[in-house]
Amino acid sequence: MTAQPVLSARNIAKAYGNIHALKGVNFDIHPGQVTTLFGENGAGKSTLMKILSGVVKPTSGEIVLDGAAVTFANSTDARNRGISIIHQELSLARNMNVRDNIFMGREIIGRSGVDFAEEERQTRLLMAELEEDIDPLTPVEELRLGQQQIVEIARALSVNSRILIMDEPTSALSATEVEVLFKVIRDLTARGVSIVYISHHLEEALQITHHAVVLRDGAMTAYAKRSEIDLEWIVRNMVGENFDLGSPPEGYAMGETALSIENLSVPDAAGVGFSVVDRLSLSVKAGEIICIYGLMGAGRTELLECVAGRLAPSGGRVMLQGRDVAGLTIAQRIARGLVLVPEDRQRDGLVQTMSVGQNLSLASIGAFTKGLFTSRKAETAVVAEAIRKVTVKTDASGAAPIGSLSGGNQQKVVIGKMLATNPKVIVLDEPSRGIDIGAKAEVFRLLAEGAKQGLAVIYSTSEVGECLSIAHRIIVMHRGRISAEFDHTVAKEKIMAASGEAVAH
Amino acid sequence: MSSTPKPNTKQGFDPIALLLEGRAFFALIAIIVVFSLLSPNYLSVANFLVMASHVAIYGILAIGMLLVILNGGIDLSVGSTLGLSGCIAGFLMHGVLIESAGVILYPPVWAVVILTCTMGALVGFVNGALVALFKVPAFVASLGVMYVARGIALLMTNGLTFNNLSGKAELGNQGFNWLGFNRLGGVPIGVLVLATLAILAGLTLSRTAFGRWLYASGGNERAAELSGVPVKRVQITVYVLSGICAAIAGLVLSSQLTSAGPTAGNSYELTAIAAVVIGGAALTGGRGTIRGTMLGAFVIGFLSDGLVIIGVSSYWQTVFTGAVIVLAVLLNSIQYKPKANA
Ligand SMILES: Nc1ncnc2c1ncn2[C@@H]1O[C@H](COP(=O)(O)OP(=O)(O)OP(=O)(O)O)[C@@H](O)[C@H]1O
Ligand SMILES: [Mg+2]
Repeated sequence: MTAQPVLSARNIAKAYGNIHALKGVNFDIHPGQVTTLFGENGAGKSTLMKILSGVVKPTSGEIVLDGAAVTFANSTDARNRGISIIHQELSLARNMNVRDNIFMGREIIGRSGVDFAEEERQTRLLMAELEEDIDPLTPVEELRLGQQQIVEIARALSVNSRILIMDEPTSALSATEVEVLFKVIRDLTARGVSIVYISHHLEEALQITHHAVVLRDGAMTAYAKRSEIDLEWIVRNMVGENFDLGSPPEGYAMGETALSIENLSVPDAAGVGFSVVDRLSLSVKAGEIICIYGLMGAGRTELLECVAGRLAPSGGRVMLQGRDVAGLTIAQRIARGLVLVPEDRQRDGLVQTMSVGQNLSLASIGAFTKGLFTSRKAETAVVAEAIRKVTVKTDASGAAPIGSLSGGNQQKVVIGKMLATNPKVIVLDEPSRGIDIGAKAEVFRLLAEGAKQGLAVIYSTSEVGECLSIAHRIIVMHRGRISAEFDHTVAKEKIMAASGEAVAH
Repeated sequence: MSSTPKPNTKQGFDPIALLLEGRAFFALIAIIVVFSLLSPNYLSVANFLVMASHVAIYGILAIGMLLVILNGGIDLSVGSTLGLSGCIAGFLMHGVLIESAGVILYPPVWAVVILTCTMGALVGFVNGALVALFKVPAFVASLGVMYVARGIALLMTNGLTFNNLSGKAELGNQGFNWLGFNRLGGVPIGVLVLATLAILAGLTLSRTAFGRWLYASGGNERAAELSGVPVKRVQITVYVLSGICAAIAGLVLSSQLTSAGPTAGNSYELTAIAAVVIGGAALTGGRGTIRGTMLGAFVIGFLSDGLVIIGVSSYWQTVFTGAVIVLAVLLNSIQYKPKANA
């Protein structure tokens, strides 16, 4: 290491009650370079970043900024010293527009109050830099998850800090958006900004980083320069063995058609005529795993939400085991074995006021209700089983508040909740958001196992690699329609090409 | 958001949990100690039972209010519903003239109770339908219903009060006073009603699917819906239950007073909300327990009765009550502060 680190953690420990999230970590941020932090779900990555950005106070240890020990009073203090953070969980005010979110707490004051025109101009510049077509006056709640993440990134960029911490900034972004972000990151480092990057998309992170640090169970276990390492090194250091996501399950006969979507159309949320899903037909057999690949805005989320009963179709129908599900509520569909794992875990997946166990059992209360009352014993069994199955890092009773889990572990709870209902057809919308490679392999194994028992799976993703290692069939969606269909032996490039504008119909 | 207290799975009476839950409990102890020192008459079983029968009214309202608040709503109409149900009961007790037949019908007391509760449920249903089906904000919907119900009570009675609700032996409608005056094993019936309702509500919240749905849809309606919770049905039911609680409170109160006036229960909704909040429930929904709410109701009741006993003027009573509400909730946030910045 040549230059002195701009910001360092010295022997930092953090305990939440008797949970030791960090156990004496040393971590350096190198000036003008990208340092990536790798680690399993719950390893302590977010906790360390929150400490370095003043959001959380360490239990012990010290933070060294430009060679001098500092303590941050709060995150504003850290921001004033040039450190800003993009949080893993979005922290936007949904009711306010993009402009106001970006300048929240740092409003530009003109002669007559807040200078909205100037704020709007700067917001437009940021959006242009990120190559995103978002109007500054759009309320955040009307944006897709990926666009919200872009706003979150724009907000951090607008501060012009020297040190920018990005905690899983790309989890909801499409491949093109990630490309743009990387371009922005390269510009920033060229200007001398130091970046900390966290991601579970390992290959992606390797493209951008200069240094790799691996955190495991709250301790730093490995450090290397980019030039010295490869993907295998990271995985080995993260989970202790080399992982392969495997290939789609084989060697069994598929059953009857479990779900068939016929000519389905879903209107745009604003209801202005055009359809986000346009006369789409698709069917899945029992035991079959289908991946739907597509860019953001291809209509995947709308398609899946319509199948689950959240959105009403404007045409066509959905047949579950030969019966039209029109008119059935979400609850009735779940009872018949059709379940959705939603994309946005904070908004649609979790009840923040409840414990881990209560969240896990929420969709299967019927299974442990005997007569009028729920059986505590039966519920504990359901919860313990779910925690074990999806490997949630928490104690088996599930009594911990859901908010105390790391991001990836919260995601596992959302998946586990739906799997606990013993579904016949499971529809997953970008379920791998934020889960580590080991957990992903575990989820894939669960889906494969379920498929062998006759579970039909529809899996939406924006990662081509995932398609190839889980799907029997890969459907590419573009502008509300199916633009191509492949089997899992296809080349990645072909799938990606079919999802983009270039494909002629 | 991470200041989550213990999840609401355990509801049994665990004295240590009660102590740890603190706040409302300590406030109650402090109130009892202070007033016992100030007045020799305060600390006696007889006085406690009298005070408890006053608490019963607020307590019953607060149970319904807790359900609504847990669901993320608010019900401002309970005070008016209480008044209206007293009037309905009074009206029925005084006989219903059926003009075509030319007879006056005197329904028996059980029928009066059922009809009154049905009316309460109906008022609650209007609230629930407005909130769940027509998307009117709960505050506004129940505010409107509050005025309408009060207005109907005034119209019904022309502003007058129904006195003497005891009924007559020859008409077969005696026994209304039983609710307000009688005791079982020395405990006033009103208090027993409160205890029964509290136990039922506690069991519902902690041990039934409905209870879990209630917490879930109060905590995150979208997530609950996607997990198969019938959120609309839960929402309507909650207001219906609150309306029934208000009707029961109205019956107990008019029986205690042996009269029913159209202005009874004025501003009681605020007392009920205060009890729920003192009991540690979050007005944003999803958090709160019956145990806490009951403690909250007793804090308010024991305080105001204590002030009366030591002869503090009613103006000062108002000031003290307000101060205690804020203090109790303040204790809440102080206790959570260290964890809250995590
Ligand atoms: N507020 C909290 N209360 C209790 N425990 C917490 C809290 N926040 C984090 N933890 C615990 O600290 C540990 C580290 O969490 P952290 O969020 O830093 O993990 P992470 O490495 O960011 O994981 P992920 O990849 O899933 O985002 C976890 O075991 C988590 O449960
Ligand atoms: Mg994290």
